[in-house]
Amino acid sequence: MKILIIVPAFNEEKNILKVIDSLNKQNPEWNILIINDCSEDNTLNVCESTDRAIVINLCSNIGIGGTVQTGFRFAQNNDYDIAVQFDGDGQHIANEIPKLLEPIINNKCDVVIGSRFLINHKGYKSTKIRRFGIKIFQLVNSILINQKITDNTSGFRAYNKKALHFLSDCYPTDYPEPESVILLSKNGYKILEVSTVMKEREEGKSSISGFKNFAYMINVLLAIIMNSIRPTIKQENCNE
Amino acid sequence: MNNYNTDKIQYFAIAGSIIFLIFIFILVRNKKIKEEYSILWLFFGIIFLLISLWRDVLIQLSNFLGIAYPPVAFILILILGIFLILIQYSIVISNLKEKNKDLVQRIGLMEHEIKKKEKHSD
Repeated sequence: MKILIIVPAFNEEKNILKVIDSLNKQNPEWNILIINDCSEDNTLNVCESTDRAIVINLCSNIGIGGTVQTGFRFAQNNDYDIAVQFDGDGQHIANEIPKLLEPIINNKCDVVIGSRFLINHKGYKSTKIRRFGIKIFQLVNSILINQKITDNTSGFRAYNKKALHFLSDCYPTDYPEPESVILLSKNGYKILEVSTVMKEREEGKSSISGFKNFAYMINVLLAIIMNSIRPTIKQENCNE
Repeated sequence: MNNYNTDKIQYFAIAGSIIFLIFIFILVRNKKIKEEYSILWLFFGIIFLLISLWRDVLIQLSNFLGIAYPPVAFILILILGIFLILIQYSIVISNLKEKNKDLVQRIGLMEHEIKKKEKHSD
């Protein structure tokens, strides 16, 4: 079974090696794909200095959605069975990956989301403002797809072949995590959440901060509603 | 107050519309604007020219829409034109962004393929 770990990276020179190390230690069989979204720092060189990861460099910054989608396209072209999305900032923990893989290997679902909120634990759970936003997404998404997804913004996910082929064609690029929950569910893909612990990021800044939080929430809600009223997509012609 | 020569504004409007149309025309001829994106500009340019030539059109339109002051009808048409053109731009920009994303992804994947082949042949 070919497994690809997709790691999007933007300005992560300080974290990325640790991420590669931890993934490699967890299971040397996994192929690690780092996609450098045109970082302004030394991320590319740092990644290329190690031969434990496949590196794809994007010549222009296209954002997290497009970056992760590049990973799905790579996975489809190279016939991978499972793709795991794993953040390059060190907040996801490599030894939690088998938990995400298990339901897919046993054919229980198409997509697994690693959730911080499924079970009350002591791991990192984001700031107060963000948790409020996350609660709202929880409510809205649950109403729209009739399934309670507790962590819509989690970027720690695993996809089976069917789901990754679908997303390599039509992964949403604006607010990919919450949007793709709706998109996948609407198009008949089965989503399951497993409880995972996450760490607070060690170095660098998150892509969303401060006042942007509020604007982000409004934009995401709009995007979610738009996704929910779009017709379902036929596999052959889902490229917009 | 009422000493305005209302003919004067009509001459200005006709001249303005013609200059505007010529300006768009030159831009298209010199390939600064693509034909498909000039259509809305030309369309509204022609409407302005027609309105300035026949002021009755504006008055009748105002009556029809229940607008008390005919120049407001003119501003209404103007705003409608600007809105349509801006919406067209939003569509074009969204489309370009999507295509740009696809290109960047494809180049990234291809560069990786090329590097892999170079390594193999070394």
